[in-house]
Amino acid sequence: MKKLKLATVWLDGCSGCHMSLLDLDGAIIPIVRKVDIVYGPLVDAQEFPEDVDVTLLEGAISTQEDVEKLQQIRSRTKLLVSLGDCAVTGNVSGMRNGIPVNKLLQQIYVDGADLGGCIPGDGLPQLAKQARPAQDFVKVDICLPGCPPPNKVIAGFLNNLLDGRKPETNAKVKFG
Amino acid sequence: MKRITIEPVSRIEGHAKITIQLDDAGQVTDTQFQVTQVRGFEKFTEGRPYYEMPGITSRICGICPISHQLAASKACDAIMAVRIPRTAQLLREIIHCAQIVQSHALSFFYLSAPDLLLGMDSDPATRNVAGLIEANPELARAGIELRKFGLQVIEGLADERVHPAWIVPGGVRSPMTAPARDRFLAAIPQAMATTEKTLGIFKGMLDSFAEEIANFGSEPTMYAGMVDHAGNLQLYDGVMRFRAADGTIVQDVAAENYHEFVAEATVENSYLKAPFYRPLGYPQGIYRVGPLGRINTAEAMGTPRADAELGEFRQRFGRVAHSSFLYHYARLIEVLYALECMKLLLQEPDVLDPHVRASAGVNALEGVGMIEAPRGTLIHHYKVDENGAIVWANLIVATGHNNRAISDGVRQVSEHFIHGDRLQEGMLNRVSALVRAYDPCLSCSTHAMGTPALDISLVDRKGALLDRIRS
Ligand code: SF4
Repeated sequence: MKKLKLATVWLDGCSGCHMSLLDLDGAIIPIVRKVDIVYGPLVDAQEFPEDVDVTLLEGAISTQEDVEKLQQIRSRTKLLVSLGDCAVTGNVSGMRNGIPVNKLLQQIYVDGADLGGCIPGDGLPQLAKQARPAQDFVKVDICLPGCPPPNKVIAGFLNNLLDGRKPETNAKVKFG
Repeated sequence: MKRITIEPVSRIEGHAKITIQLDDAGQVTDTQFQVTQVRGFEKFTEGRPYYEMPGITSRICGICPISHQLAASKACDAIMAVRIPRTAQLLREIIHCAQIVQSHALSFFYLSAPDLLLGMDSDPATRNVAGLIEANPELARAGIELRKFGLQVIEGLADERVHPAWIVPGGVRSPMTAPARDRFLAAIPQAMATTEKTLGIFKGMLDSFAEEIANFGSEPTMYAGMVDHAGNLQLYDGVMRFRAADGTIVQDVAAENYHEFVAEATVENSYLKAPFYRPLGYPQGIYRVGPLGRINTAEAMGTPRADAELGEFRQRFGRVAHSSFLYHYARLIEVLYALECMKLLLQEPDVLDPHVRASAGVNALEGVGMIEAPRGTLIHHYKVDENGAIVWANLIVATGHNNRAISDGVRQVSEHFIHGDRLQEGMLNRVSALVRAYDPCLSCSTHAMGTPALDISLVDRKGALLDRIRS
């Protein structure tokens, strides 16, 4: 049987959603054997591949670079899943949204520094005005909320998918 | 002249980019290590009540949320001007040890073991934890179990594994039950056995990594880490000691005085600020923290098994060891230490006492909390108004301290392994592996987490892209 191609992506989040995935502990072994992890923090893939079956997306969209990545991911993924509150609503990543970006950077890099005192920019992605959820930019097929989503919810989702059942998303779901 | 860019740097915890500049003869002339994301926690927490800080700053990092909760709560304890109940301190130390175990296990088994056990030059398609599960299922499973042990202790105390709301200003939310304690104690021997076995395997491989040991960021620097009055390693409380490259003690710094000795530089090409030892200036005052920084700084670990390992380590590499490759070694010794400590703490007679939280309002307008997070010294510093609303916050996170040393290490490893205008995956992986040795948590560092990744580009003198490898 053809293995399911799974990608995981980590944008403006804290990696807690990825940790919740690893929190399947040993139960991850049979899952890993049934899928090909083709992209993500745990593997060395160079570029987001074509024809990905499922992408789990963690984090909000915070820079123009994030937007471009997200669009590429969407165009190359069959089932796009927002994993966790940051991807679903913006969550903590969006707490900066009421503050102008230059003020934010000024406080951190100029007022909050003893030396240098410049706002970094050289070769770096510029922060967008707001950190926003993925569905503000592209169609998201499934949302798994939670901060992070409980490991059981992630396991249930993946196992349903691998067994060819329709992913069930309303059970045991909570925000926060 | 050519430039190589590694972006994203893979199998690390955060968003980074490396650029390597070559001259016409294919020799490395310049390198840059850039962290490419920022989130702004210091600014957007303004106006929030201080007691929300553990919950909010926890979301800086899902790998070491407990570290941020502890540093935040310690800063809040100072704002409340309370001494927390002794049992609360014991429980905070226990959960902290558990977190060191799970975080170090993640770094070693999930992120770096593929390089170490499958080989720096092995096929990038399988050079990951899934490949490790296929190639060495027994060890992979043991690593998964070790991480699980740490997380089960966290869950057993605090109800959840990631971002629990249990560590609070004034102590912790609920006491430990006797069955929980017994369960944790019963699981320690297995965790110890896994760690000792892994240490044995790692020591057996040292000879085959002689070239990496010699060239992975091996320039001498100062080191820093927390110690107690006897100079033994401390993770939860103590003074931040600076030790010079030649082994002399430079300074002991109490948390509330950190600003006299630790200054921060902004650099144009990275969202990660670079802290330095203020009296020496930048970059002379750079120092390294984290597992290697701590074991270099401390006189001893203070627990028998870890001290035996430290003795052997120092016999091989000297009193102060400089190669960043040895972060892996130091990390494994620290797992042993954390397990030994946890056992001692769990056996304390008053560890089950139900009084675990002190209550008070705002009694001081400023507070500093300092702890040793898995990746090094973590400082949270808050100022509040009379109502307890945050008016100013500064966070200095572990990986930040290592910023300049990682940059220098990238240069050294590039100069040694990269020649010519063609990129070979294996040599680039060594550059990434140097970064991985630090186990940098770039989400913490920039209070941003990004795709943990590496992007290496090779450019010519005019900046034209010649070759690029991304992961
Ligand atoms: S939803 Fe929560 S756990 Fe997930 S990335 Fe955001 S802050 Fe972290």
